Amino acid sequence: MSGERASWPLYEVFVRPRRGLNHVHVGSLHAADDRMALLAARDLYTRRNEGVSLWVVRSDAITASSPDEQDPFFAPSGDKVYRHPTFYPIPEDVPHI
Amino acid sequence: MEASAEAQSRFEAVVANEQRVEPRDWMPDAYRATLVRQIAQHAHSEIIGMQPEGNWLTRAPSLRRKAILLAKAQDEAGHGLYLYAAAETLGVDRAELTEKLIDGRQKYSSIFNYPTLTFADVGVIGWLVDGAAICNQVPLCRCSYGPYARAMVRICKEESFHQRQGYELLMTLMAGTEGQRRMVQDAVDRWWWPSLMMFGPPDGASPNSERSMAWRIKRHSNDELRQRFVDMTVPQAEILGVTLPDPALAWNEERGSWDFGEPDWSELMQVIKGQGPCNAQRIDRRRAAHEDGAWVREAASAYAAKHGRKGSAQ
Repeated sequence: MSGERASWPLYEVFVRPRRGLNHVHVGSLHAADDRMALLAARDLYTRRNEGVSLWVVRSDAITASSPDEQDPFFAPSGDKVYRHPTFYPIPEDVPHI
Repeated sequence: MEASAEAQSRFEAVVANEQRVEPRDWMPDAYRATLVRQIAQHAHSEIIGMQPEGNWLTRAPSLRRKAILLAKAQDEAGHGLYLYAAAETLGVDRAELTEKLIDGRQKYSSIFNYPTLTFADVGVIGWLVDGAAICNQVPLCRCSYGPYARAMVRICKEESFHQRQGYELLMTLMAGTEGQRRMVQDAVDRWWWPSLMMFGPPDGASPNSERSMAWRIKRHSNDELRQRFVDMTVPQAEILGVTLPDPALAWNEERGSWDFGEPDWSELMQVIKGQGPCNAQRIDRRRAAHEDGAWVREAASAYAAKHGRKGSAQ
């Protein structure tokens, strides 16, 4: 009854809310091809002028890091406080810094 | 998946610290199963929820009302799809959920098994049914499962239009003829108690509530939400000029809330079991729409097979 739809790939949808902003992930949908995904994304995610530009990307084309947010993958940045401006004490009377 | 003690305690810490559980995180099987059941039931409710009002689409009294009603039905389709997408992040397939709805293995909100007898019902559904849905849904924006919470944020923004258009429709009718006012009162009389039942059985008879609250899927008990809805709605009814059909309705100074009567829980159980006025009709309609749409899905698949992944985008 619905086997033909089960084979439709999943797409992730990204919307640029207005010029000057990044595309942001808003959700996903199934479609038979890229064109249909784009039309469905318009109908589903921009019914109220939520966007001026849409990206649809096949979910299986995305490579992701491990789900674990404590992952050692991100460890290299964990101990480098000197990358932040607040690491450097500057006297309060120094202007414009 | 086998739970390591570490994974289990990390899950509990995420929930306890008001962080969000995300799709690829480890989660207890019962948490996943509860979410699948709840999100699927919620999605089905949005999809079936198009039918009672859809009944009036071709007979709306003006082009303005027709455009509004069409936009509302489109939103409900959209809400259903946001929710199916959220359910799919838990590892289920939307086609499978649709089949479970059609063959009765999964439920939808009992409210949609009542008929819409007059156009005033369209207004009362917006005011009371969508009003009750908003009470239920706003706390879900803080649900511990990220994709569900995010879908609810989008849905709640759109529901506000649904409730306001309903109330405005009723104000228009109330400013009309005596017959139109009677029509509104009749619709309120029929929808008030089913709306109160939307919050589910009383707390003592709601077996899954406690665990869902511990998991921060659910934030308030059924009875708390029902009380909140009554307190919000009574002043709206007064301004509208309708009477809520409950003789026990009285302001309780001490509680700072409205006392109200007990809904007929046996009626709710009947409707949930499939004995409501429109259960069979709703599922038949859903099945017919699914089967009648098969050729569209087949054509889209055939087109994609012929033209490749890009379709006609370029």
